[in-house]
Amino acid sequence: MSYRLGCDVGGTFTDLLVVDEATGRTFRDKVPSTPDDPSRAVVAGARQICEANGIDPAGVALFLHGTTVATNAVLEGKVSRVGLVVTEGYRHILQIARSLVPGGLAAWIIWPKPEPMAPLEATVEAPERIGADGAIVRALDEVKLRANLEILKTQGVEAITVCLMNSYVNDAHERRVAEIVGEMFPDLPVSVSADILPEMQEYERALTTVANSAVRPVVSRYVGNLERELKAWGTPSKLNLLRSDGGLMSAEKSRQAPVNLLMSGPAGGVAGALWVAKNSGFPNCLTLDMGGTSTDVALIEGGEPRLRRETSVGHLTVRASSLDVKTVGAGGGSIAAVPELTGALRVGPQSAGAVPGPAAYGKGGTEPTVTDANVVLGYLPENLLGGSFRLDREAARKAVQKVADALNIGLYEAAAGIIAIVNETMFGALRLISVQQGYDPRDFALMPFGGAGPLHGNAMSILTGAWPVLVPPSPGVLCAYGDATTRLRVDAQRSFNRLAQETTDGDVGAVIDLLVAQVSGELASEGVSPGDIELRVEIDIRYAGQAFEVPLSSPRGSTIAELTARFDAEHNRLFTFNLNVPHELVNIRVVALGKPANVAPQGIARGDGNPGAAKVRDHELFMDGRVMPAAIYDRAKLRSGDKVKGPAVVCEMDSTTLIHAGHVGEVDAFGCILIRPE
Amino acid sequence: MPTRIIEERPRPFAPVDIDTVTLDIIENALRNARIEMDATLVRTAMSPGIREQGDAFPLIADAQGRMIVGQFGSFIGGFLDGWDGTIEDGDMIFLSDPYSCEGAISHSNDWLVLLPVYRDGRLIAWTAMFGHQSDIGGKVAGSMPIDARSIFEEGVRIPPVKIWKRGEYNEDLVKLVMHQTRKPDWCAADLNALIASCRVAARRVHEMCERFGDDVFVSATEALLARNHRAMKALIGMAIAEEPISFEDYICDDGVGFGPYRIKCSMWREGEKVVLDFAGTDPQSDASINFYLNENMFKMFFGIYMIMVFDPAILFNDGFYDLIDVRIPEGSLLKPRYPAALSGRTHALGRIFDILGGLLGQKTPEFLNAAGFSSSPHLMYSGTDKAGKWFQLFQIGFGGIPGRPLGDGPDGHSLWPGFTNVPNEFLERYFPLRIERYEALADTGGAGLHRGGNGILMSYRFLEPGTVSIHDDRWFVPPWGVNGGQPGARARKILEKPDGTQTIVANKLDRLEVAEGDVLHFITWGGGGWGDPLDRDPDLVGKEIRQGLVSPEGAKAYGVVADAQGKVDAAATEMLRSKLRSDRTGPLPLFDYGPDLATLRARSQADTGLPAPRQPVWHSTALAAE
Repeated sequence: MSYRLGCDVGGTFTDLLVVDEATGRTFRDKVPSTPDDPSRAVVAGARQICEANGIDPAGVALFLHGTTVATNAVLEGKVSRVGLVVTEGYRHILQIARSLVPGGLAAWIIWPKPEPMAPLEATVEAPERIGADGAIVRALDEVKLRANLEILKTQGVEAITVCLMNSYVNDAHERRVAEIVGEMFPDLPVSVSADILPEMQEYERALTTVANSAVRPVVSRYVGNLERELKAWGTPSKLNLLRSDGGLMSAEKSRQAPVNLLMSGPAGGVAGALWVAKNSGFPNCLTLDMGGTSTDVALIEGGEPRLRRETSVGHLTVRASSLDVKTVGAGGGSIAAVPELTGALRVGPQSAGAVPGPAAYGKGGTEPTVTDANVVLGYLPENLLGGSFRLDREAARKAVQKVADALNIGLYEAAAGIIAIVNETMFGALRLISVQQGYDPRDFALMPFGGAGPLHGNAMSILTGAWPVLVPPSPGVLCAYGDATTRLRVDAQRSFNRLAQETTDGDVGAVIDLLVAQVSGELASEGVSPGDIELRVEIDIRYAGQAFEVPLSSPRGSTIAELTARFDAEHNRLFTFNLNVPHELVNIRVVALGKPANVAPQGIARGDGNPGAAKVRDHELFMDGRVMPAAIYDRAKLRSGDKVKGPAVVCEMDSTTLIHAGHVGEVDAFGCILIRPE
Repeated sequence: MPTRIIEERPRPFAPVDIDTVTLDIIENALRNARIEMDATLVRTAMSPGIREQGDAFPLIADAQGRMIVGQFGSFIGGFLDGWDGTIEDGDMIFLSDPYSCEGAISHSNDWLVLLPVYRDGRLIAWTAMFGHQSDIGGKVAGSMPIDARSIFEEGVRIPPVKIWKRGEYNEDLVKLVMHQTRKPDWCAADLNALIASCRVAARRVHEMCERFGDDVFVSATEALLARNHRAMKALIGMAIAEEPISFEDYICDDGVGFGPYRIKCSMWREGEKVVLDFAGTDPQSDASINFYLNENMFKMFFGIYMIMVFDPAILFNDGFYDLIDVRIPEGSLLKPRYPAALSGRTHALGRIFDILGGLLGQKTPEFLNAAGFSSSPHLMYSGTDKAGKWFQLFQIGFGGIPGRPLGDGPDGHSLWPGFTNVPNEFLERYFPLRIERYEALADTGGAGLHRGGNGILMSYRFLEPGTVSIHDDRWFVPPWGVNGGQPGARARKILEKPDGTQTIVANKLDRLEVAEGDVLHFITWGGGGWGDPLDRDPDLVGKEIRQGLVSPEGAKAYGVVADAQGKVDAAATEMLRSKLRSDRTGPLPLFDYGPDLATLRARSQADTGLPAPRQPVWHSTALAAE
């Protein structure tokens, strides 16, 4: 027997999913997370799920894992101290940081500038210079370099980055510097910018490589612990980690290039959504992952999520591919406030967090939150978390009353207002990934998940026109599905920067061949047999002179002429015009993918369309400006084909689904609830 | 004659009561639309000035042209008052002549696109955007000749014309305009980008109207303006006194040997209104440093500064305009008479912000920022390379952010919103040059409890012979410090030949011929310091020595004695600090401007390497050429 085990670490719970590779059968479980050392819950959970289901650990071939270790290290500032080696004359590259002050006019007055990720006192210069054409303008002065590197010995650095000018064209000096650093600091990991991001733009390349160094020790430690514990448990399973772009990478690779893990967490959700979307027959989906403090949205088209060439975590934005997930500071814990001067109603981005949490949690919170508004309106009945956790309705009312008083409106109206505002914020994020990218949301279904997503999904579909609302089973543990169902991914890219008219299909093909050999080799070394490798070629193209390129997939054998024609069409779709200007091929990228897992969704029993058996009790809620009768259902008891008429609330252990008046939720063969207008 | 708005089915919008929530939703949606405008522009524009550096400004306004979201406030109202034309559904206005729009755009390089948004036969909104074109023809590459005597020397001037008329595109017009520029490829792409951005925003307005109804949309924009009016009224009553206060500062020179030019602004409150009066500002210049300041734009600058200084939570729009009365003397540097040259207006534009800061903060030193606006320093480098290809670079530089109540001023950052540098690897790949140094120059930021940001030293090695233009200021009159903080260092430009000989060159010049292998050291100003430098933590000064941001010599301004490794000698520091304290003759000044003008003049050659500018000579402005 061969199993794959997916495991996702969240703030509160660690979710696990085991898949029998032969049959596609799945087993699910969740255990409390152990934030001080997340690997403890991971291994404990893995043991628990296997023991409970009689699975021999020796049969677990793959251990697939989405982790927020790198993300949290960045967000909490618990990264390693990085030494940086730059070209002479560029010591302040991270301090100047492209000179950008975010915000509008006069925003500099109130902008707290973040400190460089590699401290200036630990940034030293390499006397050398390579030109934009790759020629050596000034040879590396190794004696001086060694003298400069001595400074780092007094700086307590835990990792070192080398990033030199124009190394994306010629990395010879970077390699030599890295060798010398290796000799002088044999115990420290060295990251070289030509490895991490062989691309034009010195600041982004330096920052990305420094970020890589900064999370390298913490990721290394974590991965090391996990491997050791897995070994002790007696499983030979190979550990893979989920990358920000939704692919998997080997434990070894993740130690070298952990910058690719910064968005591993949200990627799990999107990967899980992808799997549900495929199985439910909705290849076009907008995903809405709403948690306590923030909401992540993404777009899946034709069964593929959109990728972008950046990853953002807190203040940090690096050039590493990630799923195009937009995050907004709107979640169940977002606080509503009415500033005195304007008298406007604002919701978020301040959050009550887990402590004290919404007033309704009864942990001392008094500020009105989105969750409190949901409680007041009757959308969130008392039996959250399977009934073990009682909501304090009175506290919620008291908190929301503050907003009502400030606006001089009724309690229900205030609560409905809070919900409308937070929905609008999420709508803004959904527009950014759909309308603004030239997609019409009406061509998509909307998949809400995360703890709070299914409460707001129906309202978001009313706003976007994306139907149906597709609420997956166990929307709170969708990430683990993502971890378990995605596949290995390796990519490599080269700056090309040539005009279409000044290059040939042969030149492009030669670069592609080189990259194909590189990524195929890497996947093969992970044990993927050549027949299972899927290759994808992407070329970034733009009108010569533009700053932003459009990535287009370029199947092998396609010509430059085809590519430029497709670019013109895409540019017109996105921006409504074309230019009579030469095309520039900017970057060439090759992605190699391993074999996808065979995980079939579990079917549920067929019912007769009447959800009566699942009904818990009658209920009342405030919607569309009035109090109306409603009903509460237990999701676990719903059968395939059941039609739940809104207004209704469907409860399950980790989430609550709200079906609006005038809408019907139909349960499909796999337990998804599909909500549509009546 | 004001503009005639033609509507197929003119009828008033019905006023609707808007609940707070709908209002906030519409406000959010408008803000998102504005963000989309920026995104569209940046992704499709071509000149590095716009696409990398973000030198472009969007807005969405109501039917009367009042800005609901945007940055620099609306000029549409002024344009409609002054333009003798008609507006119809399907029109799009294109213009660049500052004298045709009351200075809504302030030099001909800024191209403005205005799109009226019609619904159902009625005008319901405007979207507009302008962006700086890297070249619009004229007598020097970059089209900003410092010695221009009239606007006719500064390239193509576009009066308000219809690039689209009732849905029909005027291709000949665009051809005519593009024929005037050295960079038609950039200009064509940038103009398309401006148009696409306005269209995106118009589409969003339509969607909002479909969702909420036209009447609700219009009432909501009224309510948003009213909300801002209320907030600003309260703020003005709170923060502005009836007793007049004033502040003045200088533009160093006009690039043809005269200077400095004074800009003075006085402020007082009359009832609920604020008066901002520029009486005392010097007359206009014969050269191009004039800045045709649009009153509404200045109201917006004032409003935004009020908000940022006193209460950053307020969102701004045009709603407060009738609370502010701006008075600018005719024929002054800020309201020059046609056809005065205008292309070098960035210096005065920058100085306006320093003046606003000094004006607003002087009664509330805890909110006061030091000075740090020099200009928007420009470098132009153009020529024909060995392969016979024309190259032309236009680059905006950055300097030190002033010391702030919040803390140190960031080193080498932009005071302009959304501006960013062009990556040096990009420059090296596409232009014949190499950037050999790029650093935050030590000791250039003014000493203070909160240090002023350091200026940038950027060393360009030119790999082809070519012609260089430089626009910068703050080389003669230093950026002042506040609350005991010291002035920042002044800007400076040095041309170095391959043999190592160095020449100091002017900060405003055109037609500097450079040879292959020459290096231009382009050094920008440092921000002024904030608070008493003797109160700064000596260990922090030591750390900044290790960081290369302060030198051991520069540390003495903080009364700190330290070695080259940043090791602080505590005893010597204590001694130096008590000596410096006891040498003081009185309390530290609120503003430290550095030496007075006479002293600056006397020491100019020694301190800056350049002769002092001569006192400008005023004469009655020659009659306009009309």
